[in-house]
Amino acid sequence: MRKYLLTLLTVLFAVFVLSACSGGSDSDTSTEGAEGEDVDMDKTYVALVSKGFQHQFWQSVKEGAEQAAEEFDVEVTFEGPEDESQVDKQMEMFRNALDRNPDAIGFAALDSQASTPLLEETVERDIPVIAFDSGVDSDIPLTTASTNNYDAAALAAEKMAELIDGKGKVAVIVHDQTSVTGVDRRDGFVETIENDFPDIEIVDIQYGGGDHLESTDLTKAIIQAHPDINGVYGANEGSAIGVVNAVRELNKAGEIVVIGFDSGQQQIDAIKEGLMAGAITQSPVGIGYETVKAAVEALEGKELPDIIDTGFYWYDADNIDDEEIQAAIYE
Amino acid sequence: MAIKQETSEPKNKLFGGGALQQLLAFASLIILIIFFSIASSNFLQWSNISGILLSTTVIGVLALGTTLVIITGGIDLSIGTGMTLCSVMTGVFLVNMDLPIVVGVLGGILTGALIGFISGFSVSILKIPPFIATLAMMMIAKGLALVISGASPIYFNNVPGFDKIALGSIVPGVPVPNGILIFFIMVLIGGVLLSKTIVGRYTFSIGSNEEATRLSGINVNRWKMIIYTIAGSFTGIAGVLMASRLNSAQPALGMGYELEAIAAVVIGGTSLSGGRGSIVGTMIGALIMSVLTNGLRILSIPQEWQTVVIGIVIIIAVYIDVLRRGKNA
Repeated sequence: MRKYLLTLLTVLFAVFVLSACSGGSDSDTSTEGAEGEDVDMDKTYVALVSKGFQHQFWQSVKEGAEQAAEEFDVEVTFEGPEDESQVDKQMEMFRNALDRNPDAIGFAALDSQASTPLLEETVERDIPVIAFDSGVDSDIPLTTASTNNYDAAALAAEKMAELIDGKGKVAVIVHDQTSVTGVDRRDGFVETIENDFPDIEIVDIQYGGGDHLESTDLTKAIIQAHPDINGVYGANEGSAIGVVNAVRELNKAGEIVVIGFDSGQQQIDAIKEGLMAGAITQSPVGIGYETVKAAVEALEGKELPDIIDTGFYWYDADNIDDEEIQAAIYE
Repeated sequence: MAIKQETSEPKNKLFGGGALQQLLAFASLIILIIFFSIASSNFLQWSNISGILLSTTVIGVLALGTTLVIITGGIDLSIGTGMTLCSVMTGVFLVNMDLPIVVGVLGGILTGALIGFISGFSVSILKIPPFIATLAMMMIAKGLALVISGASPIYFNNVPGFDKIALGSIVPGVPVPNGILIFFIMVLIGGVLLSKTIVGRYTFSIGSNEEATRLSGINVNRWKMIIYTIAGSFTGIAGVLMASRLNSAQPALGMGYELEAIAAVVIGGTSLSGGRGSIVGTMIGALIMSVLTNGLRILSIPQEWQTVVIGIVIIIAVYIDVLRRGKNA
């Protein structure tokens, strides 16, 4: 008995110490965002529950949200699970966000079905929900601030066709086969090629989980299987870097047209070196900004469109230094 | 110091016991290679073979280290994220602190050794079950990797030569990436360690009967810490290889690598209940995993099915092991 009491006391003490620490620390250094932060009761408070946190993409979304928070003078918190399979963790964060009595919620669902009960609670409590990024498959959110991934991938397909003169073999490396972004970025590319470019054959579509190493190895296998391949499209940052690594390791630079998606230091370098022809970038800062802005407008009673397109751009060695591209890409 | 002690496990041949299991694993590897070579003419090309070997290096080195831990009857779940922490620390030493490459690499390896030492300490002195101790270490390493890196990748662009550690070729004219050589050197080191040294003898001894080992006057706690520390250094080397191959330290990677490494160890015939296993077996296990993945990819088998096949292979491999043990018992 004494042993259990002691254990309990130790745990309680540890929790106390940890919570005391987190109160003083800057939110930038914590990995899971807003828990434990004090919320100013007077200001309008918008809680953002995202699909991720540590990836640079999400950090840029957060930055955009913070920009809007400053501009509209509202309080914003941003949190998300460590990786995009942790549906349960995200639900917990959503729950916690609701418990903090926000005026509005921004939400990017990992699993729309799983979040239905919580979304219904927001209706009961009259808390407006703004969906962002991959959005929420439900009628409850007032609007969705997101990149049109299908159109963005279609642009990647057109660029690919242009760069390989409308004929040849291409492969597609995607991060996953279940998320909305994964599916849209695959289908937008594949369907555009199939419908508009009959002389281009898609020889393989594989999924690397966005893991750099995994994507490298699987792209190498595809290139081995199809030595005469003309182009490879990587549908997110990890996938695209994997493709670049594979082409570099097999010394096929210049022989294979590589098209990427999103940004990051290594993609930017690959484009400048000529290993990558170009990439599509979303505007993560724009996503964060538009989400908070929509939340503020919803609270003011303004009409919102069903979808807020936060934009996407094609960038390559020629326009990478342009102002609008520099605002959208991150290192 | 401890008295030299004959232990219950049979005298090791070249790289440790379990010859039949090794033979079976080796035979499966050959069969897989023959199958894929017939199925696709692109499989048996040098560039693909080198690709397979290179893709084995990171998981392979992790698996080698963790083989020692598993033979003691323990488990190490911290190797995946521990590896990530090691690559981040290598990044801190080389990029943020601008230290020479040798120092940075050693720092990365020592980080791994430290992680291993802490796990070993928790297991032996604090008596925390290995599964829990290393599960906690896995979380600690993951968190620290993110905190230290500020949750963003560290790039080695300004560290010339760093990517050569895994991808360069030290023997001029022979297109074998160094990463592959390092993997085989680690196999050699691991093999000698396990079959020719006192560390190896005590590893087997602790795994087959910890109490008997203690009663025969061996300081089991101390040796466990040593074994976990050695395994941790392998994690450090894997971290450096990973960072070098990606030319960056990616703080968000690493989860799940521990399970792949453990799968390789098990396929190679090392028993999860301890006391039995070999380094060569683990090497073959790791090669089976990567040949299988690569072959299925070359045949353009949908990824969903690739993972199903690998799962089935693990069941078969362990079942064969169970059968064999049943016969011996």
